[in-house]
Amino acid sequence: MTHVGVVGAGVMGAGVAQNLAQCGHTVALVDRDPDAIKQALSGIETQCRMSRLLGGPEIDAEAVIGRISTDTDLLLLAEAEVVIENITENWELKRALYREMDPVVRPDAVFVANTSAIPITRLASLTKRPRQFVGVHFMNPVPMKPAVELIPGHHTSQAALERVRDLLSSMGKKAIDVNDACGFVSNRVLMLTVNEAAYLVHENVATAETVDEVFRSCFGHPMGPLETADLIGVDTILYSVEVLYEHYADSKYRPCPLLKHMTDAGLHGRKTGEGFYSYGPSATATGRSAAGGGTDRSPSHD
Amino acid sequence: MSEDIRTPIREFISAKFPQISLDDDEDILALGFVNSLFAMELVMFVERTFGVRVPNEQLKLDNFRTMNAMADLVRGLSESMRLSAG
Repeated sequence: MTHVGVVGAGVMGAGVAQNLAQCGHTVALVDRDPDAIKQALSGIETQCRMSRLLGGPEIDAEAVIGRISTDTDLLLLAEAEVVIENITENWELKRALYREMDPVVRPDAVFVANTSAIPITRLASLTKRPRQFVGVHFMNPVPMKPAVELIPGHHTSQAALERVRDLLSSMGKKAIDVNDACGFVSNRVLMLTVNEAAYLVHENVATAETVDEVFRSCFGHPMGPLETADLIGVDTILYSVEVLYEHYADSKYRPCPLLKHMTDAGLHGRKTGEGFYSYGPSATATGRSAAGGGTDRSPSHD
Repeated sequence: MSEDIRTPIREFISAKFPQISLDDDEDILALGFVNSLFAMELVMFVERTFGVRVPNEQLKLDNFRTMNAMADLVRGLSESMRLSAG
């Protein structure tokens, strides 16, 4: 079993912490926001309790929570053998974090950047351990997804890469090897698709529901791109598209203004109760979302 | 008392799926609109609304299959809470 540091207690960090703890690893979960930690723990407990209902195995929620220690201070990571970073997809925030975290964590530990877009080589350059720096792109919801993208940086050692592959395997994840490039494979394609889908809503070509219906009914996808955006987080989508736009300096990645508007308005999808669709008990009161295509229903997610 | 339990549940489901009208013994899972995420929302709603906690062994889809099944579950949990409190 490995003692793993997890930084960031948002949707991805909580999912990674849960997956690790469910598989018997001990987790040190750090977030500077105590409310985020509280919310993450309560979410993990709920997910574990509901496992059987969702067709999974029975999970002892108490035992899982018992393997997770938490703090707002990075010092909790000092003894971690692997540290998985899951903070917002924002270069400045990540830069500040890695500078602060590198001297605190023991020198033989491997850093894993859980990012959907930022080049691993660039992140590794922020630390004094570029050989022990690996990129992993986890999918959401983490505990339920069977595969990840595994990305070495320019200087990553084979030993570090294999160590992370073993850890992923113990979490039930198949690692798919991808070379380092902004957006890797998944997000170069997915983020442009979601961005273009948002443009269709923005330009009144179709409602969010109609766009998703085309993908579900015509292509047989289990979810449409805007349902997916709500699940991932509209703000996260925007940040990812901005990273692609900034990195490639190519206008094809220009973020849709609707994504910016929704992010500013707090319409971040499932996690805030409203995005392209409305969720939660206030659904009927909220009515159609500011996205113009929002409807009061829970999109299919099986 | 059963109606007191069924009414808020019915309202919760109708708010999400206005096109559905439900009989008390109708299998909502068979209607095809309930996915795993909605089943979870339903559990959270029932716990929040009726102040109960569904124990692990009761967290199975059969207990959330019909309005009557959910009413029975809530009634049973409320009863055992009352007994343990008093």
